[in-house]
Amino acid sequence: MQHLSILPILLPLFTGALLLLPPLSGTLKRQRVFTLLSMLAQVVAAFMLLAQVYNEGVNQYILGDWRPPFGIVLVADPLSTVMVALTTFLGFGALSYATGSHDRAGSYFYPLFMFQVMGINGAFLTGDAFNLFVFFEVLLIASYALLVHGGGKQKTQATVHYVVLNLAGSSIFLFGLGILYGTLGTLNIADMAQKVGQLDETVAIITKIGALMLLVVFGLKSAMLPLHFWLPKTYSSASAPVAAIFAVMTKVGIYSILRIHGVVFGDDAGELANVAQAWLWPLALMTITIGTIGALASPSLKLLTANLVILSAGTLMVCAALQNEAATSAALYYMVHSTLVAGGMFLLADAIGRQRGKAEDRFVVAKRMDTPIFLGIFFAVSAVAVIGMPPFSGFIGKVMVLQAVETATEQMWVWPVILLSSLGALIALSRAGTTLFWRHSSTKQTEDSPKIHFGEWLGIVLLLSASPLLAMFAGPFSEMTVEAARFLHDPALSVEALLTSPLADGGL
Amino acid sequence: MEGIYAFCVGLMTACGIFLTLRGRTFSVVVGLTLLSYAVNLFLFASGRLRLDAAAVLGESENYGDPLPQALVLTAIVIGFAMTAFAVILAMRARADLGNDHVDGRIPQTKESARQKSGGQR
Repeated sequence: MQHLSILPILLPLFTGALLLLPPLSGTLKRQRVFTLLSMLAQVVAAFMLLAQVYNEGVNQYILGDWRPPFGIVLVADPLSTVMVALTTFLGFGALSYATGSHDRAGSYFYPLFMFQVMGINGAFLTGDAFNLFVFFEVLLIASYALLVHGGGKQKTQATVHYVVLNLAGSSIFLFGLGILYGTLGTLNIADMAQKVGQLDETVAIITKIGALMLLVVFGLKSAMLPLHFWLPKTYSSASAPVAAIFAVMTKVGIYSILRIHGVVFGDDAGELANVAQAWLWPLALMTITIGTIGALASPSLKLLTANLVILSAGTLMVCAALQNEAATSAALYYMVHSTLVAGGMFLLADAIGRQRGKAEDRFVVAKRMDTPIFLGIFFAVSAVAVIGMPPFSGFIGKVMVLQAVETATEQMWVWPVILLSSLGALIALSRAGTTLFWRHSSTKQTEDSPKIHFGEWLGIVLLLSASPLLAMFAGPFSEMTVEAARFLHDPALSVEALLTSPLADGGL
Repeated sequence: MEGIYAFCVGLMTACGIFLTLRGRTFSVVVGLTLLSYAVNLFLFASGRLRLDAAAVLGESENYGDPLPQALVLTAIVIGFAMTAFAVILAMRARADLGNDHVDGRIPQTKESARQKSGGQR
């Protein structure tokens, strides 16, 4: 199937558009069924694409048959297809949670959600830097609307900050792209990687500015240290399914750093080789530290989860800074694990909060939960996975990250920071769990809390069962991540093949 | 020509950044708009500034780079939509939060605190 690689973009686009038209727009029930079926189809398509890419090699989809480097291309390579499969799976879990009650909070939830998924998938699949900007904007405008969805003072306030920051970020993105186009004369990522090695000394410094401006933008998206302040408030004020899908948005930033600063400005970039890495090192370690401090200081489970997202983003940036095959492979494994667990934890925080009456998910003594056993088991699973204790996926992910650190100096910096951050997360989460599950007021409760809907259970179970599964199938999955990393770090595969193969096919 | 052009872009960017850093949503929105204008001009210049150079081949001796024009068009459309959204959001925030400060509340300065306490007395 040649067209499989564009399906993850087209399916949500058409689903979103159809949801606005009469037969579906009228009733929420039809929208739910249709969206869930479409999301299921997207999951199937994404996994088929994954299988195809691993069996037959990279699939370059040339839109409009404008040959690279002149037209826009979609590149379905091992790294991007894993991320697309992750997004659709996370989207399915979040959607099935939304069918409980969150979709009733306002209108157009499902179309917005579909456009959000479309933007994220597009950002992963595209092989063109300007197209990456366009998909960033698609996912951002959907996320603005989703964030404010349901209304309320807190959401509006968080959205104002989020929108203003991201609009400024978009401007910087365009400045960066303008600089790079002015000096390199191309925006096809593979072509940029080839051109960047042949630059003059006079132009190289301007190109460096462009590259670092892009790092600022991607840092903003992925919550890198001085640019992370928006994240805890935004994620904790969003409704649960929205926060869950947002868990993958910070990873879009990390992915772009791996793509642009790992491949284009990677080892073969001549004078500009590894321009971002010198900045990434200290910032990544400080991001981990600040995430841990934030986690220890969080007064509610949602804020705690949001700070853990910062922590995982920092860990991933360390991998990007290491810039070797083992680190990229570890980053991919850790990315899949941390996205799914963080998404699951946001859903779980909402479910816990609803059963605790007025206290919600804050760490205060409150009434007893109705189903403490089930929620407790899932909380324990997610906590163990996030902290990085055996037997779940977090442990394997962190071991892979630690093993990827090669020299002794790097080890001296990275190992203590990552291990101490795990200790911090352990303390924060055990304190959270104790308060949430064991300390409750003994008074007889009067009112019944709202039941947890079947779809909501399904969402939580799906996302959190991924962690044990990732640990169980760590062997085959890490083979995939190693393959993806090998692909990304081999310029013959990730750069030259994409520029020469279509012409060699004899299309002209 | 390049000098004037660069000066305009730089001035507009500076004004945009200054206004974006203000505390009220209206000036922030105006600042973002100025910033996006500056970006559009900047992108346009990334294909080099040339006189008498049509983007279509065969129309003139020299030819201009057509790609930045396409990029600018995309950037204008997106920037316009985003500005519209930011305006609506600012109005919504004004209605929801009761004031037009970006933080949702007017920060307490020394002067306003003194006025308040003076008024109570």
